[in-house]
Amino acid sequence: MATTAKKKLVQWDPTDIKAEMIAKYPPKVARKRAKQIMINEALENGTPEIMANVRTIPGIITMRGCTYAGCKGVIMGPTRDIVNLVHGPIGCSFYAWLTRRNQTEPGADGENYMNYCFSTDMQDSDIIFGGEKKLIKAIQEAYDLFHPKAIGVFATCPVGLIGDDIHTIAKNMKEKLGDCNVFAFSCEGYKGVSQSAGHHIANNQVFRHVVGENDVPKEGEFKINLLGEYNIGGDGFEIDRIFKKCGITNISTFSGNSTYDQFASAHQADLSAVMCHRSINYVADMLEVKYGIPWIKVNFIGAEATAKSLRKIAMYFENQAFIDRVEKVIAEEMPDVEAAIADVLPRTEGKTAMIFVGGSRAHHYQELFKEMGMKIISAGYEFAHRDDYEGRQVLPLKVDADSRNIEEIEVEADPDRFHPRKTKEELQALEEAGLKFRHYDGLIPDMESKTLVIDDLNQHEAEKLVELMKPDIFCAGIKEKFSIQKLGVPMKQLHSYDSGGPYAGFKGAINFYHEIDRLVNSKVWSYMKAPWQENPQLTGAYVWE
Amino acid sequence: MRKVAIYGKGGIGKSTTTQNTVAGLSELGRKIMVVGCDPKADSTRLLLGGLAQKSVLDSLREEGEDVELKNIRKLGYGNTWCVESGGPEPGVGCAGRGIITSINMLESLGAYDESEALDYAFYDVLGDVVCGGFAMPIRDGKAEEIYIVVSGEMMAMYAANNISKGIMKFAQSGSVRLGGLICNSRAVDNEKEMIEKFAQKLGTRMLYFVPRDNDVQRAEINRKTVIEWNSDVPQAGVYRSLAKAIDENDNFVIPTPIEIEELEKLLMDFGLMN
Repeated sequence: MATTAKKKLVQWDPTDIKAEMIAKYPPKVARKRAKQIMINEALENGTPEIMANVRTIPGIITMRGCTYAGCKGVIMGPTRDIVNLVHGPIGCSFYAWLTRRNQTEPGADGENYMNYCFSTDMQDSDIIFGGEKKLIKAIQEAYDLFHPKAIGVFATCPVGLIGDDIHTIAKNMKEKLGDCNVFAFSCEGYKGVSQSAGHHIANNQVFRHVVGENDVPKEGEFKINLLGEYNIGGDGFEIDRIFKKCGITNISTFSGNSTYDQFASAHQADLSAVMCHRSINYVADMLEVKYGIPWIKVNFIGAEATAKSLRKIAMYFENQAFIDRVEKVIAEEMPDVEAAIADVLPRTEGKTAMIFVGGSRAHHYQELFKEMGMKIISAGYEFAHRDDYEGRQVLPLKVDADSRNIEEIEVEADPDRFHPRKTKEELQALEEAGLKFRHYDGLIPDMESKTLVIDDLNQHEAEKLVELMKPDIFCAGIKEKFSIQKLGVPMKQLHSYDSGGPYAGFKGAINFYHEIDRLVNSKVWSYMKAPWQENPQLTGAYVWE
Repeated sequence: MRKVAIYGKGGIGKSTTTQNTVAGLSELGRKIMVVGCDPKADSTRLLLGGLAQKSVLDSLREEGEDVELKNIRKLGYGNTWCVESGGPEPGVGCAGRGIITSINMLESLGAYDESEALDYAFYDVLGDVVCGGFAMPIRDGKAEEIYIVVSGEMMAMYAANNISKGIMKFAQSGSVRLGGLICNSRAVDNEKEMIEKFAQKLGTRMLYFVPRDNDVQRAEINRKTVIEWNSDVPQAGVYRSLAKAIDENDNFVIPTPIEIEELEKLLMDFGLMN
């Protein structure tokens, strides 16, 4: 029965698929979800609107994480020499510890705390009597043991409920310790509708407490910040390899393979290159307003995208020797990439994929799949906002009760250190030549017509989608991994890369082609039928069917 | 065992009324445990003669898991067991969570066991019903009869009405009922009649009217209940009668809280009667 139904549904058009996905919902839920499931079609007046960054409906098994996960796990987790101290019960700390496979190279000093899990391990009595004293002790203990440059304190849900004053504690401990910057994040898990709120909170506090702390000049001719790159599976290493080859000095990465000193020196770069727009655009904007550093959107996922991003950086610096050097690097790197594509293309061309990750990843990875001749039939983000779908022209977005809950910090030009890297005229000339600043078109324009763009996909809808459209591969995170595989479809984690990577840059692209080729062409998935599915001993139907 | 909780506006005289009434009940031969559910830990001062005792939460914090019943309860006047839940200093932590923890601790240590042969457990609860923690004694059948201490003052009646809302909420899913109002007089005009009317509107009755008497203050200065301090003064008789009224009470209801407009009208009607 099921198999015949599936065969038929492959021919369905996106409107029917959308209807089928929400058919089982109560009317109110269906109405809300319908606004988050968008059929991509060209409209006269631009991009169709999608509802995003809104509360998940209770009862729905969402793919999202919490605010604390976004702040501690995503943004601050990959920095090696800041002691990340979680103020809360041990589970919050344990499950946000190294789970994203952020890699780091401890360097000559060897200072690396990523492999430690720091927590105040709050107990019932700390909730009742308040956890402030325990937190002070924990900060002191971490300082005495490691003498780190900085300690970041992260609030979990109970801390917000009982009202421990973590910011005053951080301030007092910073004064007391003298040579250690202590700052805190009010990133209680319940604060936003998703991890996105945590990114914003992390951006604010890093900018407020760390960026600009180091004025010792950094050497380098072409100095940039790489924002929104988290060195998962070594992505950042590959990008840094390419930068080095091109003669680009990476002052700071936010925050893959990063250090305290990188953040503290970020104001010395001459350009910010933004990878993950969702998680880090706040810092990019603030760096521009306070220090005069323009930002451009880049993407180092996909060989073509990498080449394009390098050319954008080269174009910005307007130095012919540099431009030539970048072209030379691209010319050197591309033959291996082309050879790998030629190898996999006969097996991967025409295969289909679905991607539901992040607030940028579902966009970036389309480049890689397209290079392999694969089609993205449906994609969406877990925690993005409308600008990540439709492009920044929709800004400013309406502020609702949930986003008002997240602090928006106002920055001004630094009286001494603000200096515009380019004059207005220079920026204008570059814009006219095709280099766009503070610009991001979003995911929707890059998706084909009649594809489905879905915000905050959940387990029910994911299973429906797979059942109806039978993609050759499904990409999401660990929570989705096994439920998708049980449907007989290969699944690739694009948060933690399973155990693979890097997938960024040129070498990463080659890795990815081989990995996806291996997954979509494996026969193992066709053996996924359980004996009772082939020879049922009993059959039945629901009474309402 | 009857499980009784005393609620009411802060400062209305809950602890004083509870302890004096408990003294009266003990004279009737009842075995009682008083559980103070206030972070100030001052609910058993008169029964213990001012003896500050270690609270459940202090013991829990210092002894860890190894808390024993004998560490956290003390015998007071009339062989009454006295327990203080305790809690954080003002402005930190979560006192509500503390009350939940300490009542659970008392249960797991067997303070309510049949072998203890208790006739009554009294919970003396801080102020208004402010959060889940302070509602703890009326949840899960921990307390089954509630008495609200009230006076003829507007805010005391307002609090009593709010507490009734809390009781109504938990009564629908559990066994908690309102046993009546205890009027602790503030010598307001027509106070007795007004509280009787108010009780009627709440679907209950005024169980007893406790007149204002400075002997209560005198006994408190001596860290004693009135009955212990001077068994012969009229106020001692008042508390004996209140104890008897509670002991004989069989009127337990789900309250019907009223709207604020109705409450204000009540005050106008009785306050302006003369």
